Amino acid sequence: MTKNEALVKYCLRLGDSSLILGQRMAEWCSNGPVLEEDIAMSNIGLDLFGQSRTMLTYAGEIEGKGRTENDFAFKRLEREFFNNLMSERPNGHFGDTVARNLFLSAYTYHLYKKLSSSSDSTIAAFATKSLKEVTYHLRHSAEWVVRLGDGTEESHSKTQQSVDDLWEYTADLFAMNEVDELLIKENVAIDLNEIKPLWDNTINEVLERATLTRPEDIFMQSGSLNGMHSEALGHLLTEMQFLPRAYPNAKW
Amino acid sequence: MPTATKHTTEEIWKFLSEIPDPEIPVISITELGVLRKVDIESSKVIVTITPTYSGCPAMKTFEDDIKFKLQENNILDFEIKTIHSPAWTTDWITEDAREKLREFGIAPPIKGTADKGILFDSDKKSIPCPLCKSKNTRLKSQFGSTACKALYTCNDCLEPFDYFKCI
Repeated sequence: MTKNEALVKYCLRLGDSSLILGQRMAEWCSNGPVLEEDIAMSNIGLDLFGQSRTMLTYAGEIEGKGRTENDFAFKRLEREFFNNLMSERPNGHFGDTVARNLFLSAYTYHLYKKLSSSSDSTIAAFATKSLKEVTYHLRHSAEWVVRLGDGTEESHSKTQQSVDDLWEYTADLFAMNEVDELLIKENVAIDLNEIKPLWDNTINEVLERATLTRPEDIFMQSGSLNGMHSEALGHLLTEMQFLPRAYPNAKW
Repeated sequence: MPTATKHTTEEIWKFLSEIPDPEIPVISITELGVLRKVDIESSKVIVTITPTYSGCPAMKTFEDDIKFKLQENNILDFEIKTIHSPAWTTDWITEDAREKLREFGIAPPIKGTADKGILFDSDKKSIPCPLCKSKNTRLKSQFGSTACKALYTCNDCLEPFDYFKCI
């Protein structure tokens, strides 16, 4: 594997994870429990789509085959996506959504902080910019997890269930392969073993405040590095890709 | 064939400064800090802009408006570049523009990007109401009518208002 091949994969991982979570956020549009939250979810989605565009465009430039951000988003099949498994988890109820977003925003918060000093200037600029935005996403999800966890008996038990259900997808966030190995040597990528303890601290702090119990690591899902996904991604893509597939090259 | 050499970079900067923000028409793209640079390379005009928020839907409008403005001034050989570094910050919003925001009914960002960063610091600083000037206000949501704004309510005049949140 050449450095450029690794870089394309790395950018797709970052770009795809933002894109897929962005699509999940967009699914909340007009379905939010209150107007303010409906708007918040759409705004978070917008930030994520913006972030994703930077990475997918850059992946296309390095690849050099003329693929655009739109080609990557709308013309790839399930197995060609490298988003982490957590980002594709269905929205479920509001507690499921904010728990998933907490796990992901705590992850990107610490990851982008470190990636801000990547030797790749595009990735560094992307991370610096995105960090400002995901800080708000992290605060939003953390506050909701605390409010629900430390809320009523019912909201507590539902949110504990959300955390328990999602836990098996957390290990996939920290999985690495030869792409990472190659890019860490070049100071482009970050060793995710450095991110894990930071993520643990943030998650422990939030769960403790929320009076929720951190689940045990029993069975953990994996596979996103090789494009192996849960059944949820295919369903998401059929909706997201419907229009460009049904009407190829459609323009506004 | 029209060339850009008729205009200096200062002149181009000046007429591009007339372009208003599409969603907050009281301030211009220069006051907002979105317009970063105007260069002339041989006869080509290169305009460099940077997005406020990554997903800001106004960016396309900014680009179109710049394009029209250049064409209006007979500049046909140009390129619009988008850069992400240095990352846009609310600190770039000029003093004049802050006052204009306030008059327009949007509370301007507090300088120093202090309202974010640490988990649960719960935004203790007060954002004055742009309508009645009361400091007795409360945060309703960190996410408002556009990506760059938060939603506040004034406890005295009871009006909701937008706050241009710091990044």
